[in-house]
Amino acid sequence: MRKSFKLDEIDCANCALKLEDAIKKVDGVDDAKVNFMTQKLTLTAPDDRFADVLDKVVALVADIEPDCEVIR
Amino acid sequence: MNKKQKRMLRRILIAIALFFATLILEKTGLIAAVFGPAEVYVAFALYFAAFLIAGYDVLIKAWSNIRRGDPFDEAFLMTVATIGAFATILFPETEPQSAEGCAVMLFYQVGELFQSYAVGKSRKSISEMMDIAPDYANVERDGKLEEVDPEEVAVGSIIVVKPGERIPIDGIVVDGSSQLDTAALTGESIPRHVEAGAEVISGCINMTGRLRVQTTKPFGESTVSRILELVENASEKKAKTENFITRFARVYTPVVTLAAIVLAVVPPVLGMGPWTDWVLRGLTFLVVSCPCALVISVPLSFFGGIGGASRLGILVKGSNYLELLSKVDTVVFDKTGTLTSGTFNVVAVHPEAGIDPDYVLSNAAYAEAFSDHPIAVSIKRAYSGEIDQRHIRDVREESGHGVSAVVDEHVVMVGNDKLMAEHGSSWHECDLTGTVLHVAVDGVYAGHIVIADVVKDDAAQTIRDLHAAGVKKCVMLTGDRRDVAEAVAKKLGLDEVHAQLLPEDKVSAVERLLRLERGDGKLAFVGDGINDAPVLMRADIGIAMGAMGSDAAIEAADVVLMDDKPSNIARAMRVARKTMRIVWQNIVFAIGVKVLILVLAALGIANMWLAVFGDVGVAIIAILNAMRAMRVER
Repeated sequence: MRKSFKLDEIDCANCALKLEDAIKKVDGVDDAKVNFMTQKLTLTAPDDRFADVLDKVVALVADIEPDCEVIR
Repeated sequence: MNKKQKRMLRRILIAIALFFATLILEKTGLIAAVFGPAEVYVAFALYFAAFLIAGYDVLIKAWSNIRRGDPFDEAFLMTVATIGAFATILFPETEPQSAEGCAVMLFYQVGELFQSYAVGKSRKSISEMMDIAPDYANVERDGKLEEVDPEEVAVGSIIVVKPGERIPIDGIVVDGSSQLDTAALTGESIPRHVEAGAEVISGCINMTGRLRVQTTKPFGESTVSRILELVENASEKKAKTENFITRFARVYTPVVTLAAIVLAVVPPVLGMGPWTDWVLRGLTFLVVSCPCALVISVPLSFFGGIGGASRLGILVKGSNYLELLSKVDTVVFDKTGTLTSGTFNVVAVHPEAGIDPDYVLSNAAYAEAFSDHPIAVSIKRAYSGEIDQRHIRDVREESGHGVSAVVDEHVVMVGNDKLMAEHGSSWHECDLTGTVLHVAVDGVYAGHIVIADVVKDDAAQTIRDLHAAGVKKCVMLTGDRRDVAEAVAKKLGLDEVHAQLLPEDKVSAVERLLRLERGDGKLAFVGDGINDAPVLMRADIGIAMGAMGSDAAIEAADVVLMDDKPSNIARAMRVARKTMRIVWQNIVFAIGVKVLILVLAALGIANMWLAVFGDVGVAIIAILNAMRAMRVER
């Protein structure tokens, strides 16, 4: 499944790149894209684990970029 | 400003007030007068308080980075540099750097705030442009109107668009008439009149009358959805310059950090001076070690350029194409629909002796009945009678030559001289300039029809503008006859013309021209997106124009001009050139200032104040400069 989320308050392009790399490494994530300009996170993960993977991703984002919030 | 930015601003203002109050008290000697020898410690405490108010979040972030084992980012560098500056208090023999430590953090936070504001602003101007997405569609159900999500509207449904609403989905007007504002899509300010039978495109605003529209596409494939998708994805296609900056940033920070450590440790070990002096120089290095100015301003410039262009109705699909566009020195045009309006008109019908002109025209109209080619459309328009499609069968398009069909058991052939020759029919040349369509019925030549195309108003000006902008060669390709092509080329001042080309010849013509490209020069192909997708793909940059509603064109092209004015090509190039100019100004300026400050710092000439300017000041100037890319001439 592929789904987009708004990433609120992502302010620096470099951070967006780092965030993308980190999310890609999360177990269960097939692909992830962070679009800095449109503040969008596009996440691809298996259907049956999606909710689970998303939780992990949200926690990771909160850890790396405390200011930045994934709006689901 | 959003809430978070306002909060940040408040913190910064309080910190700045405290900072300056302390500075004044310190410099006027008031602190010294009250506290005597403890003066430095009091000043330290006040500065440190201001420092914490302004930058506690940076410290937290740096700590969480260290915990994760990935310390190299600006928060960490700022923390080390500022804490290091404050630590000079521990070495009584050096002058304390508390003010500097505090100021570095203040400046850094001001810079961050500014950057966040600038990014937010450019995002907003993009989303304003993207505010063309409709929220709902009015669907008629049992005679009543219901507002539904446009995604739920099936193809072929009837939707109602009231005055003041946006058209949510592409379709055809079934009844009603109105004026449409297409400015959001094309940059064109003159409204377009539509009535029953007209195609309408999602994203336009219905201005005056109520329209009933039959949808022809699902919402996801409608023009508006496609444009949004395209612009959103544009920043993912990185220009070479952007990739260079990313690579540079990866190397720059570790190298400067390493140099800072070497600078702080080696000279004092060799006995070249006191530790504090060299450590301070090392800290100054750290302040300049963040490549933020570049990492932010370069993508921002590109995004600004793309955003600015989109306001003119020019959609650039990626930063890389904007970069390529700035290097174009050869522009290849398709003639029909690009330089000429593509609205052909029948200017003459020349029948053979003893044949009725209507007979020639009606046969041609029947044979072309199923074609949407502009030529076919013009013939059908010129033919006054009704076309009964039941009389037609076995229609065959002969690409680049013409069409053949069986009409009422007669084989009708309509096309150019090649088609006639191929099928063994004789023909006459015509002395009029234009596209000549020969008509043969059952192999017997009936006569010919002359069709002429009109050159667009701004075509000649476009060619002049392109030449003025440094384009060396403007080339025209066309399937049309040589004399027609040359007449147009002469009128417009084109440098080269290739006529009588079949669609596949156009690809090889472009390939030939590509081989002639020297050095950095790039070749752009401009077409209307009909039949020229392969050429659009083959050129360095494919530009499709008049693309409103044409999926194939939006798909195949790198740059899409929403309306059909060729003058937008010159405009697009000007935007691209300006953007690249800004990008390079920022790169040279930022790297130049940083290197200069690094050298001065190593020599002990630059102090931390200058280093702070080298970091945040340069970033702010670069961002301001980048924002210029968004401003475009209308």
